[in-house]
Amino acid sequence: MNKELFEYVIRIADDSLILGQRLSEWCGHGPILEEDIALTNIALDLIGQATNLFEYASQIEGGDRNADQLAFLRFDREYRNLLLVEQPNGDFGDTLMRQFLFDAFRKPFFERLIACTDLQISGIAEKSLKETKYHLKHSSEWVIRLGDGTEESHNRIQNSLDSLWRYTDELFFENQVDAVLLDDFNFPKLSEIKEDWLKNVELVLDEATLAVPDNNWQFKGGREGLHSEHLGKILAEMQFMQRAYPNMEW
Amino acid sequence: MSKKEWPLWEVFIRSKAGLNHKHVGSLRAADAEMAIDNARDVYTRRSEGISIWVVPSNQITASDPTEADALFEPANSKIYRHPTFYDVPDGISHM
Repeated sequence: MNKELFEYVIRIADDSLILGQRLSEWCGHGPILEEDIALTNIALDLIGQATNLFEYASQIEGGDRNADQLAFLRFDREYRNLLLVEQPNGDFGDTLMRQFLFDAFRKPFFERLIACTDLQISGIAEKSLKETKYHLKHSSEWVIRLGDGTEESHNRIQNSLDSLWRYTDELFFENQVDAVLLDDFNFPKLSEIKEDWLKNVELVLDEATLAVPDNNWQFKGGREGLHSEHLGKILAEMQFMQRAYPNMEW
Repeated sequence: MSKKEWPLWEVFIRSKAGLNHKHVGSLRAADAEMAIDNARDVYTRRSEGISIWVVPSNQITASDPTEADALFEPANSKIYRHPTFYDVPDGISHM
């Protein structure tokens, strides 16, 4: 098995899975019915992406574990998602800012990933890109409205931005996995994506009258399995059923 | 906490090319752009449409239900307005 390729796919899958799980916490709690449905729609898109990616990861691994086992039976240190996506929902503004910073990365990432030489990954990227374009539109519109809204909404979402900004450098984290795969598979160079990301983020933040934080302190570790305290709690809730009743189906 | 409701919008969906937009329901949104986004999420998640219109509900002028008799009754006795008194010649299809 190609260990690096497995890890590469797991990264993308874990980002989608954990953010999807987080967003699904809004189900029944959205500020209005329309947003309750919007957030859970996005959650479902993300879980769908994760399903496709875990199925492919299972193939790469040689079928030892199926997609469900990969999602539900790994330990926290084996998860490769970004710290950003495991951060708590907070208020509606926190959730939308987290979503915006992530979507703004995901769109150029999938756009470039389509050109990779692995047909499965390219196909998943093409399908996911359509969903991601809408996610980005939705989260951008909200960041603009909350930022350029009332004094209270402006201050609160500026706080969300200041707090979440510390998790954004990790979006572009690369290690030996990328070094081994990049040329062979024509995977995206994350340093190039960073330019696109920053340009789009600054454009939206400018329209939202929000200031890019000048604090450069950044967290990292998610891509190497070193997570914040929040992932354990997510997994406890997400994995409870499979661990309490192994192999259960419904 | 003050609770101000967003304006109400009426939603019209075109289910496929060639058909007209049909009223499907209403929703609340802060502005027209968000109303379109919300309509997409609320009314097209099962592939119901290919085009969306939203109209502010307060821009719709409706007929008065108490005038229904005056407005609609007179048409009931005028069956000759239906094109049902013609013999369709042989060879005309799709009628």
